[in-house]
Amino acid sequence: MRITCPNCGERDRREFYYQGDAVALSRPAPDAGLEAWDDYLHNRDNPAGDTRDLWFHEAGCGAWVVVTRNTVTHTVLDTALAERSHR
Amino acid sequence: MGYSGFRVIKEGLFGQKGWKPVWRDPAPKAEYDAIIIGGGGHGLSTAFYLAKEHGMTNIAVLEKGYIGGGNVGRNTTIVRANYFLPGNSEFYSHSLKMWETMERDLNYNVMHSQRGLINLFHSDGQRDAFARRGNAMINQGDDAILLDQDGVRAHLPYLDFENVRFPIYGGLYHPRGGTARHDAVAWGYARGADQRGVDIIQNCEVTGIDIEGGVVKGVQTTRGAIRAKKVGIVVAGRSSQVAAMAGMRLPIESHVLQAFVTEGLKPVIDHVVSFGMGHFYISQSDKGGLVFGGDIDFYASYAARGNLPMKEHVMDAAMTLMPMIGKAKVLRSWGGIMDMTPDGSPIIDKTPTEGLFIDCGWCYGGFKAVPGSGFSFAHLMATGQHHAPAAKFRLDRFRSGAGLMDEEGTGSQHNLH
Amino acid sequence: MRLQAPEQTVDFTFDGRRIKGVPGEPVAAALLANGIKLVGRSFKYHRPRGVMSAGSEEQNALVTVGRGAQAEPNVRATTLEVAAGLEVWSQNAWPSLRYDLMAVNDVLSPFLAAGFYYKTFMWPRSFWEKLYEPVIRRAAGLGALDGAHNADTYEKAFAFCDVLVIGAGPAGLMAALTSARAGADVILADEDTAMGGRLLREHEQIDSRPAREWVAEVLVELDAMPNVRLMTRTTVTGAYDQGTYGALERVAGPPKAGKPVACFWRIVAKRAILCAGALERPIAFPNNDRPGIMMASAVRAYVNRWGVVPGKAIAVFGNNDDVYRTARDLAVAGVKVVAVIDSRDVETVVMDNRDDVTLGGDYPVYTGAQVIGTRGRHGLQSITISHKGGTRTIRTDCLAMSGGWNPTVHLTCHMNGRPTWNEEIASFVPTPDSIPGLVTAGACNGTFSTAGCLSAAAEVAAQVARGLGLKPKVTVPVADDAAYSVTPLWAVPGKGRKWIDFQNDVHVKDIKLAAQENFRSVEHMKRYTTQGMAPDQGKSSNVVALAVLADATGRGIPETGTTTFRPPYVPVPIAAMGAGSQGKGFAPQRFTTSHQASVARGVPMIEAGLWYRPSYFPLKDESHWRQSCDREVGYVRNAVGVCDVSTLGKIDIQGPDAAALLDFVYTNMFSTLKVGRVRYGLMLREDGHVMDDGTTARLGETHFVMTTTTAAAGQVMRHLAFVLQVLRPDLDATVISVTEQWAQFAVAGPQARVLLNTVLEQALDDESWPFMACGAVRVGGVAGRLFRISFSGEHAYEIAVPARYGESLFRILVAQAEVLGGGPYGMEALNVLRIEKGFITHAEMHGRTTAYDLGMERMINAQKDCIGKAAAARPGLLGAERQQLVGLRAKGGDHALTAGAHLFARAAAETRENSQGYVTSVCYSPTFATYLALGFLENGRARHGEVIKLRDHLRGISEEVKVCDPVFFDPTGGRARG
Repeated sequence: MRITCPNCGERDRREFYYQGDAVALSRPAPDAGLEAWDDYLHNRDNPAGDTRDLWFHEAGCGAWVVVTRNTVTHTVLDTALAERSHR
Repeated sequence: MGYSGFRVIKEGLFGQKGWKPVWRDPAPKAEYDAIIIGGGGHGLSTAFYLAKEHGMTNIAVLEKGYIGGGNVGRNTTIVRANYFLPGNSEFYSHSLKMWETMERDLNYNVMHSQRGLINLFHSDGQRDAFARRGNAMINQGDDAILLDQDGVRAHLPYLDFENVRFPIYGGLYHPRGGTARHDAVAWGYARGADQRGVDIIQNCEVTGIDIEGGVVKGVQTTRGAIRAKKVGIVVAGRSSQVAAMAGMRLPIESHVLQAFVTEGLKPVIDHVVSFGMGHFYISQSDKGGLVFGGDIDFYASYAARGNLPMKEHVMDAAMTLMPMIGKAKVLRSWGGIMDMTPDGSPIIDKTPTEGLFIDCGWCYGGFKAVPGSGFSFAHLMATGQHHAPAAKFRLDRFRSGAGLMDEEGTGSQHNLH
Repeated sequence: MRLQAPEQTVDFTFDGRRIKGVPGEPVAAALLANGIKLVGRSFKYHRPRGVMSAGSEEQNALVTVGRGAQAEPNVRATTLEVAAGLEVWSQNAWPSLRYDLMAVNDVLSPFLAAGFYYKTFMWPRSFWEKLYEPVIRRAAGLGALDGAHNADTYEKAFAFCDVLVIGAGPAGLMAALTSARAGADVILADEDTAMGGRLLREHEQIDSRPAREWVAEVLVELDAMPNVRLMTRTTVTGAYDQGTYGALERVAGPPKAGKPVACFWRIVAKRAILCAGALERPIAFPNNDRPGIMMASAVRAYVNRWGVVPGKAIAVFGNNDDVYRTARDLAVAGVKVVAVIDSRDVETVVMDNRDDVTLGGDYPVYTGAQVIGTRGRHGLQSITISHKGGTRTIRTDCLAMSGGWNPTVHLTCHMNGRPTWNEEIASFVPTPDSIPGLVTAGACNGTFSTAGCLSAAAEVAAQVARGLGLKPKVTVPVADDAAYSVTPLWAVPGKGRKWIDFQNDVHVKDIKLAAQENFRSVEHMKRYTTQGMAPDQGKSSNVVALAVLADATGRGIPETGTTTFRPPYVPVPIAAMGAGSQGKGFAPQRFTTSHQASVARGVPMIEAGLWYRPSYFPLKDESHWRQSCDREVGYVRNAVGVCDVSTLGKIDIQGPDAAALLDFVYTNMFSTLKVGRVRYGLMLREDGHVMDDGTTARLGETHFVMTTTTAAAGQVMRHLAFVLQVLRPDLDATVISVTEQWAQFAVAGPQARVLLNTVLEQALDDESWPFMACGAVRVGGVAGRLFRISFSGEHAYEIAVPARYGESLFRILVAQAEVLGGGPYGMEALNVLRIEKGFITHAEMHGRTTAYDLGMERMINAQKDCIGKAAAARPGLLGAERQQLVGLRAKGGDHALTAGAHLFARAAAETRENSQGYVTSVCYSPTFATYLALGFLENGRARHGEVIKLRDHLRGISEEVKVCDPVFFDPTGGRARG
C-alpha cells in the first residue's frame, strides 16, 4: 500500500501512522455536551466506500495528511495536508 | 439424525448413502417471531439458543452469502477466557464453560482442544500486568499459572531464549485455553438450530429494516419482505451498514485482520503461544498447518485482505520468537473484517427501536465468544432482560464513560486499538 | 532412463540411496531418470504417489531437503535443483516409503469419508485431547520441522520499476521486449531456473527456426539493456495495493555459509503485465493417482527439455489435441507409445502450422475412449480403457494425461477479483481490472497458441508503454498458431475412487457427499472436503472439483462460483518474509551514551522500550540484586547518586504560541510559567484518560523543553504534531524531538549540589537555583542545561550536555559521586526511590486511569480548555466507586508484596465481585525496612488507615496491608526544596 504525501510524494505505507476518520478535524467546543463529544470520540459513519481519514507521515516529513480513500478497494483518491484542509 | 462412531461405520459399509442434509434450505416465510440477520457463528448460535433455551422455533436466520462465511470461517480458532476487566471476565468465563460442553450439546465434533495457552511476557512491567490478569482469572474461577523463564522453557523448549531482542521473562499459562475447528462451530450450530425448526436462509441479503412508530416490523430482503416481531442484528464486519438501516450510527470502525496458515507439518507446536513484544500468536491445527496471526493492518477497510507490512511484522515476530519455524512455508493468508469498538470490548444491547437488538463490536476476539454471545443475545431477545454475564456490554458506556472495558489500556478511542 | 548419456553428473541421495543426477535439473527428473516412480505418500490415506508435474504446482512429489536445522520440509522435487551432495528425503511414511504402516488408512477409507471426524470421536469427552486428537495429529501433516533454530540466511529487499512482467514464457518475453525497447524500466520475473516458459519444452518454431533459439536471442538483447532486470527463480507471490507485489527469489544451488538462500522482494511497479501461462489439469478416473500417471505437459518437459523418459511404454490420455502433440514428441524422441486415448470422437487433428498429424501413427489411437481403471500399487503397470470396440487392458508404466488447460489467473484474484468462466476453453480467465495497473496477456488470459501469445503480449505491452508516456514499436515474430480444441471431460463415469485433489486425497465421491449433506456452496464444499486446501491450494484441481460439484448440484459451473485464490501464489518460508528479525534484528536497539561505561562495570542491562538501561551496578561482594539496589537507594537518600535519564523523551518547542500549545495539551497552565522555571505537567488523551506526564522547562519567552516518559516519547511527539496541524493550526509553534541530541543525568541526594559544584564552571546556590529552576550552565567548557527537578524526593538536578559529551560527563559525575560516598544507580533503585515518594510511572498511568483516579483532578485547570478535558468530565469517570491511587504498607520486611495482586476487604471471599483493586508497583524499601506498594482501590482516598487483604493467587501471597497516602517519604517535600 502506498500513499502520496503532499510534501514528499508517493511513499510506502510503512512510513505512515494511521489515525482514523478525519472527523478529528472537527473538534467540538468544550461545552458542546455529552452527545457531541460522544459522536466526536466514538460514533462513526464507517462507510464501505469512500472515506476521509488522517495519516501521519511519521517516518517522513512529519505532516498530518487527510487521505480520501476507498475502504473496499483501497484506492487512494486524494491526499492533502491536514493543516490546510477544511474542517 | 444423530452422529456417532457407530453411524460412521454403518454408513461406511453402505456407501455413505444415508447421510442427510446437515441443514435444510427452506424458502423464507412471510412472517417469523424473530429474525436473526447474519448467519455467522454468533447469529447461528443465537438462533440455536433462542430455540433451545427459549422455545422460539418460528425464527429465521438470514444470511446474504453462505453461512459461516464471515469471521467464524476465517479466524485463528483460539478459545480462551483470560480477560481481567469486570464485564469481560464473567462473560468469557461463561463462554469457555459452554465450549466445554459444546460437542455434547450439539452432537457435533467441533474439535475443541484445550491445548493450553501461554502469553509470554518480556519485562517486569509486563509480568506485573499479566499477574493482575491471572489473579483476576482465578478470582473469576478460571485457571491461570504464572510461569518464570524455566517454566516457559519446560513447555516451549523450542523458543529462542538466548540470542533474542526481547528476552522471555516468563508467561501466563491458561491450561483451559485452546483451539477449535472454526467451520465446524458454524455448521454444528446450524445443524442444531435447523433440527429445532429454525429456518436458515442463505443468499438472502437484508436491504432494509421496517420500523413503524419506533417499533420494528420486519425486514426487506433480496428475497422479499419478511415480517417479524423481533429482529437481531449480528453481522460483524457489516454492523455499521445494517445498523444504518435502522438509523443508527455505531461506535465502530471496520478494520482488516490478517491470518496465515502454513503447509502441513508433523506435530511441532502443542500449545497456543502469543508473543508479548509484537503481534504474533500461533497454534498448530490438527491437519498440521501452523495457524497464526498478528494485529490489524491499521486502516479502516472492508476489503477482507491485507498488505505486506503487517504480514512481514508477523513473520518478523515469528522469527525472533521461534526461529525453528523459519522453514515452514506460508501457504495462504487472508483477512477478516473486524468491528473495532473504541474500548476493544463488544456490544450486546437493545437499540432505540423497540424489538430491534444488536450484537456487534467483537473486535478481533469474536470466535471464542460464539457460544456465550449467542446464549446472552438470545436471552436478551427472548426476555428483554440483559443476561448477567453480558450485562456490561452496553452501547451507552462510551457516552457516560462508566464501565469502559479497555483491556489493552490503549484508550477508549478508535485510533489507539 | 535418459535419452542421452549426460556430460556431467553428480551424486545426491534420496532416502539415503545414492542417485546420479545432472546439476541443475529438477530432482524429479533425476528420480525419473533412475526409474524411481514412488516418491511420496499422500496426506490422508498414505497412498503411494509419484511425480505428477514439472513445476511449482506439483501435488505429489513433496520431499524434505537437508537435515538438522537446515532441513526444509515440503519442497517440490519438480523445482528442486540437483546439486552434489544434496540430501533428499521422502515424507509422511513410516517406517519406510515403500512399506508405510499408515497406509492402513487406505483400507479404512470407507469409514473416513469427507467430514467423518465431525460426526464421531465425541465420547467419552476427555478422550478427544488424550487419544483421538494426538493420533490424528501424528497421522496428519506432511514433512517435519527439525525443531532447531533456523540456521540459514534470508534477505528482504525493495525494488522499483515501470513495468513488472510476471512470467517469461512467449508472452512474458514479448511483453518485456516491447516494454524495454520503448525505454521502460522493466523487471522480468520467472519462477523457473531458465526463461522461456513453455517454449523450453515444446517443439515449436518462431521466425522459421526452433523457438528456443528465439528465446536465447531475446534474452541476450534484454540482458544487455541497462533498463532491464532479469530475475529467474523468482516467483511473484502476491499482488497488493498501489502496485506493490511480493516476490520470492531462490538462490541457485545448495546453501553457502553466510550467503542468503532466498530473498523476499517487495516490488513496486507502475504497471504490471501478467504472463503467468496456464496449468494443465488432470482428469478424474478411477485410481488416477498411481505413480507413473503424470500430466502430459510434464512428460513432454521431461523428455524434450531434460532428456529424461519417464516410462518404457507410455500411454497418452486426454480430451484435447495435446494428446497428439505428446505422442508425436515421444515418437520423435524414440519412446514407445502404447496407446493414444482421446476422449473426443474426432477424425483429424491439426497440430501446428507445419504438419498434419493424422490419427494413428506408429501407435494405436482410440477415440471416444476413456481410461476406466489402472493397476500397480507402487508404480503403474496397466490401464484399462473403454472405447468404441469395448474395453481393453494395456500394459504401460507411464500414463500422460491432459484434461485441458487452466489459465494461471491467481494473482488477478488477490484483491478479491473473481475470474470469468470462458466456455470456449472450459476454464476461467481473468476479469479485466481486477488488479489496478495490471493487465494480462497470453495463456493466463486464455490465449494458448504461441502466435497468439506473442501478438497479444506485444499489443498489451505497447498499450502499457503508451500509458507511461513512451512510444513503443510493435514487432511480432511469426510463430505456430494452432487452435486449441478441448471437449470437457471432468470425471470418467464408473466405480472406484477418482482423485481430484491428490494432496488432500479428495475424490469425486467426497464432493458428491458434500453436496448430499447440503454443503452445496462451493466454499462449504471446499471447507467440508478440504478440496483445494493442500499445499498446491487447488491450482490443478479446483476447476475439476467445481465441475463435479456443479454436476452434483444440477448447476452450471459459472453459477456454482469459485473459491478465492489468495496470496501467496507459492508457499513462502516464514524465514524469508521475516528475514533479518531472527535474534536481535526484530527491533532497533537504542543505547545511551553511558552504555559502554555501565557495561564495563558489569551491569545487567535491561530493555526499556527500544532502549537499554542499567538494572543495577553490582559490587564485587554482592551476590543478589537487592543488595546492590538497597545500597544505591542509600546513595541517594544519604549522599548522592548519578543516573542516566537520557532515554526520557525531550521535545523542543518554540514559537510565539509555544505556551498556548502547552496550555492546550497539558491539563495545567504553562503560559504562567516564568522563564528559568520548570513545571510538572499532566497530559490526557482526548478520551479523558491520562496519556503521559513529565516536566517542561521554560528556557525563554517562546522556548520550552518538554520531557516525556521513555515509553511515550514517540506518542507524545505525534500528539503534539497532531494538535498543531489538525486541531489548532492557528497556533504558531514548532516541535522537534531532541531526545538523541542531549545526554541527561540525574544527580540526586543531599550531596548533589556539592557534586555539581565540582564540575560546573559557576557554582550553584539556593538563591539562583531554587527547586524547579532551570537554565544554561557550562561544564568543562561545554554549554549544557541544568534543571533542578527530583524524581526521588531528594535535593536533585538533571544536567544535560550535547550527546557527544555524555559518556565523558557520566564518568566524571560517577567518579565525583564516589568521592562523596555515593555512586551510580540503576533502574531498580530508581523505582524504589519513586515508589517511596509516590511518583507514578506507566505502571500507574496504564491507559485506564484518569487524573481523578490519580488524585490529580485539581490539575485540570478550570480556566482553559485542554485535550481530554471534556471527556474527563463524563459522569462515569468520576466518583467514589472508581479505584483510586493509594499507598499500601506491609506489616514488615519479611512480608513480601507483589505487583499484580488484587485487593479485598479483610474478610471478603476472593472473588471477582469482591475484588476492590489491585497493586501496580511494589518495592522493598530500605528506607522504611518494609515492603511498600502503590495500587488502586475503590474509594481508596477515603480509606487511608484501613487494613485490607492483598491476595496474589499466582504467587501464593496473602498479606494484610495498611492503606495510606501514596507519598510514603517526606510528604511535605522539604528535602527536595532544601
